[in-house]
Amino acid sequence: MSLLERTTSDEPALVAPPRKRRWGRFILPTYSWLVIAYLVFPIILMIFYSFNKVYNGIPQVSFSWIGFTTEWYRQWSNVPGLTPAFWLSIRLALVSTAISTVLGTMLAIALVRYRPPRFHGKVIVEQVIFLNIAAPEIVMGASLLGLFVSFNIGRGFLTLVLAHVMFSIAYVTVTVRARLSGFDRSLEEAAYDLGATPRVTFTRVTLPLIMPGVLAGALMAFALSIDDFVTSNFLSGSSAPFPVWVYGVTRVGIPPQVFVFGTAIFTVGIAFAIMSIVLARKKV
Amino acid sequence: MSIKSEGEAEAALSTRDVKTSGRSSRIANLESADVEFVNVTKTFNDTNAVEDLNLRVEAGEFFSLLGPSGCGKTTSLRMLGGFEDPTLGRILLGGQDVTNLPPYRRDVNTVFQSYALFPHLNVYENVAFGLRRQRIEKQEIKRRVGEMLDVVDLPNFEKRQSSQLSGGQQQRVALARALVNQPKLLLLDEPMSALDAKLRRQMQIELKRIQTQVGITFLYVTHDQEEAMTMSDRLAVMWHGRVEGMGPPKDVYDSPTTEFVASFLGASNLLAGRIDSVAGRRTVVAIDGGGSVVVPSDRVPDLAGSLEVKVGVRPEKIGIQAVGTPVADAHNAVNGRVRVSTFTGVGNQYIVETALGVNVTVYAQNIGHQFAPRSGDDVVLTWPEEHTFIVKPLPKSIEMNETEGD
Repeated sequence: MSLLERTTSDEPALVAPPRKRRWGRFILPTYSWLVIAYLVFPIILMIFYSFNKVYNGIPQVSFSWIGFTTEWYRQWSNVPGLTPAFWLSIRLALVSTAISTVLGTMLAIALVRYRPPRFHGKVIVEQVIFLNIAAPEIVMGASLLGLFVSFNIGRGFLTLVLAHVMFSIAYVTVTVRARLSGFDRSLEEAAYDLGATPRVTFTRVTLPLIMPGVLAGALMAFALSIDDFVTSNFLSGSSAPFPVWVYGVTRVGIPPQVFVFGTAIFTVGIAFAIMSIVLARKKV
Repeated sequence: MSIKSEGEAEAALSTRDVKTSGRSSRIANLESADVEFVNVTKTFNDTNAVEDLNLRVEAGEFFSLLGPSGCGKTTSLRMLGGFEDPTLGRILLGGQDVTNLPPYRRDVNTVFQSYALFPHLNVYENVAFGLRRQRIEKQEIKRRVGEMLDVVDLPNFEKRQSSQLSGGQQQRVALARALVNQPKLLLLDEPMSALDAKLRRQMQIELKRIQTQVGITFLYVTHDQEEAMTMSDRLAVMWHGRVEGMGPPKDVYDSPTTEFVASFLGASNLLAGRIDSVAGRRTVVAIDGGGSVVVPSDRVPDLAGSLEVKVGVRPEKIGIQAVGTPVADAHNAVNGRVRVSTFTGVGNQYIVETALGVNVTVYAQNIGHQFAPRSGDDVVLTWPEEHTFIVKPLPKSIEMNETEGD
């Protein structure tokens, strides 16, 4: 009697008979599919309407189904201004990704390897990186605009690159750093031991081993750059990158080709995402 | 005429080999170098990891640094490899001062404790890594890597990834990767610690065979005393950054010079006592718990005026016999009662409560038909006087409990 009392009061979970929860096993799958639908539905809608015809021949997206057409895919480059804006975005993303990946990787290595006696600014750099990620983009964009205006620097490709590198660097650093934190330093010692100079050790051992992290960081930088609107809107002068251009035309009506470009970017994005998952799974 | 001229002919042949191929094509009989630590001290955060180390390893020797974790053995090895800079002192390799040379400029290769095989390269590329750095031509690299993989008994493993190898195979690849560069000195940092006991014994024999074959100097770091004794020509027992005892394994084992060496290298019965009288070749030590033990006078170390000593005798040197049986000449004899008797297969281990006031461990080999007392039996323990040694007792402030190793 007393024993029973004690066990039931102390550890009710252990004495409770195992219940068969028939419905329980449906909860997680149902929830997962709901989340996926929630996230993907708008994109599916965009892809769907990229095959829609238009009213009265006015090339403008409408959200009621008129009829199937692949006309917009065939005439993808027919909208004045859209294609240059798209290529500007691609160039901008490539250049800023290249720069921020190199700088971010270097920064990550320094942060993991060196401590205050040798690297005095370590703590400050770490805080600035956090701040860079946490700060609202609108603030960054506005202050960058202020900076460029007050220093009389003309807005254009250069200012866009500077801004995009600025906000990507922190993400690259964080990603590469995560990869480096589990890095076995004895591998580098083994390379030195076998006659490799520090430079050869970096290119033959360190870099290949952290490459998955570097690529993941680069993909992130590219994704951040290609869809950036807030900062780019402040800094693009006469030539606007794709998101800024699209925002501009929404006031008059969106040409269906925008959905074609959107679908293309999404498809490439999916390919990149799968690639990054594969890379992340690859062990050190 | 015959023997000498043959030797000369062979020497001439190998010289020609060196001249034609640029490098000796043979794996056997490589050039080896001696090593010297001169007053080397290494300080980490105000504590001395290595303290005034003076050590000389002869060319072609298999030398072990033995000691518990934190004794400074790995730090010494890392200084020799170039991964740590000595705080004080110099390190000489083949007579050349290498103290300030970076690791990639030293003619030394290392087998790391974790093996440190490059996970992004296959076995072939791992072994070829050092040769590629020397810009040796492709065919030559291929031949030497193949030969080396044969030496470590891993033929046809070229295309394997290091993650597909067992611990023992990884260790062999690490060994091949180091030896293929024909270093003058090979450093081994506890290379067996990740292997199971059976494989370890097998690899010990293998390693000794390879060392004999290639003929270069091996500096081996381990905390496993059996391993060190099995393979080494000479060894040094280290403790708290200092060398406590050095010499061929048998000398260090049979005549330990300090209490630490006596208890770390094998097991010892150590009895605290005081030198009572010296009569020619026989020194009598009065044991604190009662009774006395005779030690040969030439085995009494310099005690710097003190008479406090510890008398030691190895468990396997003690014979166990029935009360009343005659004791041989020049033997110490002590009465006792068996407290614990353990059968270990290869022998019997007894813990005997003795008239000396301490428990003495006795190890008797299982060779049949001998006196085998059970616990509670009264016995007499005897051992030859010459198997008794004396060490200076440790200062009371120093604890011995950190001698277990890891």
